[in-house]
Formats: sequence, C-alpha cells, structure tokens
Amino acid sequence: MSKPEEKKEVGAVTSIYQEFETWSVNTGDKTIHAKRMPGFFRTFKDYAQLALWLPFFLLPYLRWNGKQAILFDIEHRQFHLFNLTVLPQDIWMLSLVLLVAAMTLFAVTSVASRVWCGYFCFQTAWTDWFTWIEDKIEGNPVARRKLDDAPWDAGKIKKKVSKHLAWMAIALLTGISFSIWFVDAFEYWNSLIHFQLPMIGWVVLAMFFVGTYILAGLLREQTCFWLCPYARIQGTMTDAQTILPTYDYTRGEPRGKLRRGGEVVAQQGDCIDCFQCVQVCPTGVDIRDGQQLGCITCGLCIDACDSIMDKIGKPQGLIRYASLDELEGKPAKKIYQHPRTLVYLSIIVISLAGIVYGLTHMGSMTLSVISERQPLFVSLSDGSIQNKYQFKVLNKTDKDLHVTVSATGGVEGQQLIGAEKPLLTHHGRGTSFTIFVKAPGDKVMKEVTPIEFQVQAVEDTQVAAQYSSKFNGPKR
Amino acid sequence: MSEKHDVGGVPTTGHVWDDDLGDFTNQPPKWWMLGLTASAIWVCVYWLYYPSVPVSTGSTFFKGIGGWTAINEMEADKGVVDEVRGKYEAKLKDMTPAAILADGELTEYVTRSGKVLFGDNCAACHGTNGVGTTDKQGLFAPILNDDDWLYGGTVDNIHESISSGRQGMMMAHKDMLSAAEIDTLANAVAAGTPTATPLFAEKGCTACHGEDGKGMAAMGSANLTDKVYRFDGSVEGIKYTIEHGVNAGTPDTRVAVMPSFKAAGKLSDAEMKKLAVYVYKFGGGQADAPVAMEAAPVEAASAVEAAAPAAAQ
Repeated sequence: MSKPEEKKEVGAVTSIYQEFETWSVNTGDKTIHAKRMPGFFRTFKDYAQLALWLPFFLLPYLRWNGKQAILFDIEHRQFHLFNLTVLPQDIWMLSLVLLVAAMTLFAVTSVASRVWCGYFCFQTAWTDWFTWIEDKIEGNPVARRKLDDAPWDAGKIKKKVSKHLAWMAIALLTGISFSIWFVDAFEYWNSLIHFQLPMIGWVVLAMFFVGTYILAGLLREQTCFWLCPYARIQGTMTDAQTILPTYDYTRGEPRGKLRRGGEVVAQQGDCIDCFQCVQVCPTGVDIRDGQQLGCITCGLCIDACDSIMDKIGKPQGLIRYASLDELEGKPAKKIYQHPRTLVYLSIIVISLAGIVYGLTHMGSMTLSVISERQPLFVSLSDGSIQNKYQFKVLNKTDKDLHVTVSATGGVEGQQLIGAEKPLLTHHGRGTSFTIFVKAPGDKVMKEVTPIEFQVQAVEDTQVAAQYSSKFNGPKR
Repeated sequence: MSEKHDVGGVPTTGHVWDDDLGDFTNQPPKWWMLGLTASAIWVCVYWLYYPSVPVSTGSTFFKGIGGWTAINEMEADKGVVDEVRGKYEAKLKDMTPAAILADGELTEYVTRSGKVLFGDNCAACHGTNGVGTTDKQGLFAPILNDDDWLYGGTVDNIHESISSGRQGMMMAHKDMLSAAEIDTLANAVAAGTPTATPLFAEKGCTACHGEDGKGMAAMGSANLTDKVYRFDGSVEGIKYTIEHGVNAGTPDTRVAVMPSFKAAGKLSDAEMKKLAVYVYKFGGGQADAPVAMEAAPVEAASAVEAAAPAAAQ
C-alpha cells in the first residue's frame, strides 16, 4: 500500500483487496512452533485444563452402589448420575442444561471474552498437551524448526516416530475415555483387550482416535481459525466493555528495538519489538495488531511481555487484560451497566430454576393412559358402557413393583376390570397393560365424563402416579 | 494486468474481466483430483456391481456381478423380524388358544402382532378393532368387542367360529304369523322381555331362542333379553327379521354368514389361534373354567382393594 505506483493503478472497488497484502493470514502453510514460557497465565491454563479434563478421563471409573456412578446409557435409554436415574421422559431437562451451558459461555464471553477458548476448550487443551510432548521429544521451537528442515536420518526418524506414537497413545486414550461415559468402563476395557467391541464401539473409537490425532496433532490452531464456529460466534459477543488480553498501544508505540540512551530512545514507547508475544502465541498471531479472530485469549503473551518488562525495568502490563474503553481512556462501566450480560444471567437463572424444579419433581413413577379411540366405547348386553384404556406405567425405581389401579371421578357405579390383583411393573422401563372401565348405561349422563386414574405401588405407597383421562359414552 | 497477478510464475488464461481480474491456470488441489479419480472408479464399480443396463431385446437387463436384487434384500431384512417373532411363533404352534391366553407374554405378543392379521382378514366385515359394520339393513357383521356372543364367547368358541365359520338360520315367519302377532312379538323383543307374551312359547320361538328367550349358543340363536341386537334393534327392524328370517333362502331375508377360514385355506392353524386370542382380548371374551389373567402374572396377590369400584362424584 505504501508504494505510490500501486495506488494510482487500482480502481476504487478493487482497492479493498489491498488490505489482504498487509494482513498476514495464518493459512497453516507454516507450522506454529510456540515457545513455552512460565508465568501466571501458563500456570492458570495448566490447572484449568486439568481441572476440566482430568475428570473426563477418570470419572467413568468411579463406582456408586456397585454401578458406574455416571453412565449415559444410550442403549437402555437411561442416564445414571449417582443415585439419580434420568429416563427419556425427563430429558427435557437436558435442553435446559444445554441452555445453561450456552448462556454461561455467552455471559462469560461478554464479560471476559473467550475464556473458554483460552483455558478450557478441548482443542486448546489437547493441542497444548500435544505440543508439550513435542517440546519434550524434539526440543524447543528453534530445535524443532531446525529438525523440520533437517534431512531424514536415524535421529530425526526416531524423534518423529516417538512423537507420533505418543500422540496416538493420547488419541487412543481419548477415544476410550469418551466411550466409557456411555458403556460400563470395566466391561468396555475387557471387550477392548479381547477385541470384542461391537461395531459401533470400533467406529466411535476409530473416529475419536483419528479426530484427536488430526485436530490436536496436525490441524491445531487451524481448527480455531477455520473450523470452529464458536470462535466466530464469540467474536461477535465482545464489545468495548469486554476485558481481553490487549496491547496497550498508547504506552507501547512507537515501538523500537532496545537501545541505550539517546534522543531516539526518549521518543520510543515501551514496546521493544522483541516478538516474544508472537513467539509464545499458540495460534501465532501478533496481539499488537489488536483484537482479532485468531486470538483465543489464553494470556500467554501477557506472561511473555511481563517477563520482558521485568528484565528491562519497565512496569508490567504493556499487554494486559483490559477493555477497549479502558484503553481509550473512557470511564469503566460496572457490570450491572452491561444489559447483555444481565440478559444472559437471567436466562441462566431461569434455566437453573427449571432444572431444580425438574429434579425435585421427577417422581419415581409416571403413568400415562391412552383411551381407546376405535371404538370410543362399547355397549354391553346388560346396557352398560365399557371403555378400554391402555396404561403405560414407567417405574423409575430400581426394583420391580406391583401396582394397584384405582379411579376417581368418572361414572357412578363404574367397575375397573383388569386390575383385580396388583400388576407387575418392571423397573427402569415402561410396562403397559389394558384396563377396562365398565359403567351402568343409565348412569352415563354425559358423552364425555372426566376420570382420573391412580396407580400406587403395593411395596412402597409413596411410589404413585396419576393421570386424567375421559370416559366416553353415547350421545345423550 | 499488474505484475502482482503473476504469483509464483503461474500464467493466466489470458482473459481479463473488470479491468484486472484474471484466471490462473493452476491445477486443482491434489486431494481434489484424487477425490475425482476415486469417484470415477467408484461409479464404474457401482455400475458393474448392481443391476444397471436394461437390454432392449427381451425384457431382460444386465444383472450386475454382485447378484443383488431388491427382493433378496427384503427377504434378508424380513429374516430379522422373523427371528424376533420366531420364538413366540414356535411356542404358539402347538398350544391351544386357551393355553395361549393363559400365558401373559404370549397374549401380549398376540395382541400386538394380531392387528395385521385382523386387518387383512376380519376388518372388512367386522371393522377395525371389531367395531362391527352396518349396511342398510342394520348391523352387517357382529361387534366383536362387546360381551354378547351368539355362539359363545370363550376363546375356544371364538376359535371354532373362525376355523369352521358360522351360518345364521331363522325361518321366515311372514306366512306363518299374522301381522298382529308379529307386531306383538316384535314389541316384546324390543322391550327385552320376549317371554312376556304367551305367543313366544305358543308359536315355537322357544325352540331356538330357549324357554327364557336367552338364546342357545350351540345353535347361535340370539339372546332376545339383552340390549345387543344382531341386526336392527328397532321394532320395525325386529319385525323385518321375524317376517323374513335369516338365511331363509328368500331374496328379502337377512344374511348372516361367517366363512370358514379353514375351508378357505387362507389362514394357517397358528394364525387362526392368534386371531381367536386377539378377538378375545378386545374386551368381551368370556372366561370358561379358571380365570385367565388379564395382564402379567402376579406373585404377591394380597392387596386387592384397588379393584373395588371407585365411588363417583
């Protein structure tokens, strides 16, 4: 753009393409070899990643009352969470859980930008672990770049093979750990080492193995750049009030190489153009270019810059968590002056209330009664009217129970046929049976009479359920 | 064309759009070319493997080297269903209808799987779910989900009706009885009290319908004292039945014929047994000796209070 001969050559429309010439887009043609530097955010990231993802690997082995404590049993359509069993009928709560998760992401992003991306996301975490292994095996970034350019010899082959094997081991463990959230962990390992997994098991394992290896080992930050939709969504959720790792250009510019004394130094800003912030960046962006899509806000550049500032005797915080408002010297607003965040928070509260209501009102038995519609009723030889009902009882306890059936409302003198003795309901799944209600014809006053059915367990009278239905009769 | 369009020394096609847009003569990416080649090979393999080319001479076609046919695939899929049903069907085969009814699991199987059989063979006359069908003469085929049975409502009776068929019979009385007599009888039957008139015994109605007018299941004569009528239950309808009889051989007579499904050869023994249980479970079936359980067998049968009729209002 700086060249004058170019400026006169292009038309008004095509001048927008000129922007590309100076905007270096990371298209993955060069592998990012980020330097690992100690610091507050490095430590925080390490612990945050482990805190979220170590349970992913370990929790499935936790046993509770002789069963897996947390098991999303898709095959039998049951979710086990310690003492709690969630059946498909209660799965509406899952949508609230997802809503809470989404809104938490939104709220956190609007306050402190891409916290998820920087410290918790599996792409970030796995990539970090993969590059840590790379660092241990192949050496620091300089050595790694040298190794990449070096001709293939025994040493290089050994290093590369051991690195990829280590990656594959993690990828395999990831696939296994994912799978055992859905089937019994110990049975899964047993089937796995005997090569007796079902087809679906092998497919899931293979997909996670290949996916982890490619995403964390080969694609890395390219995933955040070009694959991940959340990167884009979250980019739109930050505003001038959001704090995020920012280069303080008012303090840093004009940047220049560190020199001793002189007039030039007096005009220089605090940035000594050492490129440490770029070197440590796992996505290879230059934070000094301002907020950008590639920045996952992991804070590693803050660590790097602070360590340099310490060395040259300048105050820390040239790169720091700051909002645009702060940087431009506008007065900082309080969080309650941020309506967007408040909306997110209220949705979270409402959803949580819904989940709490759902969990406390789940009941241990549900009843649903479908009345026969063809025919609506049958006239019997003694003139009485009979209705047929299909009962579906869902026994959510862990024992088979016998239930008694009763009815309130309906027609005077009605009789329940089919429940003379308590009926068996199997635990953990639906049991259906047919009940007839027979009522004297001269007592059936209305075409439709409301009737409510109750089922109650003989073994535990607390376990009960009811359902409102209709008793149909002829037109009067 | 500015020099910056010569990136990497790749020439353009030479055509220029909008002042400075050119088109490089780059190769497509390698992965894309590999995909294209693989697709082309795949098309050939697919084309050879499956039936593809109709041959113009004769009604034949290239059958493909894989030997695939839609009917074979359907049979294989059916095998999966048959496997699930197999264990029930094998059990059913050698059981009596009553024994099937006594087995909760088999009854459940039959009530669920019998719907298709009933729909294909019975529903044309008896209606879906046995609701009966009517024609201009009144009820055309009996309702199967009430508790009134001409030939008895035990599961064996029902099985007999299906396998052997039934044929209603009643003489036409229009030449034997006076109009006044027919009128008296029809009114008594419509009121549900046929024995109230002495004519009922005098004119020999009791021979078929019994001394008490309740019919005889052995010959399929109707119970005239209950509230369910085989044909038209109005006084006019009953008069018509008395006048013209049932299957009396005249053009005006009422018709009541249930075909024998055994003679027709349309249903297997097992299918007829399944249908008997299915019809029984419509709600009107009558237990003969020991009561067959309605639902799954129950071990702890102490508390029965729930079965008591609930007080209304």
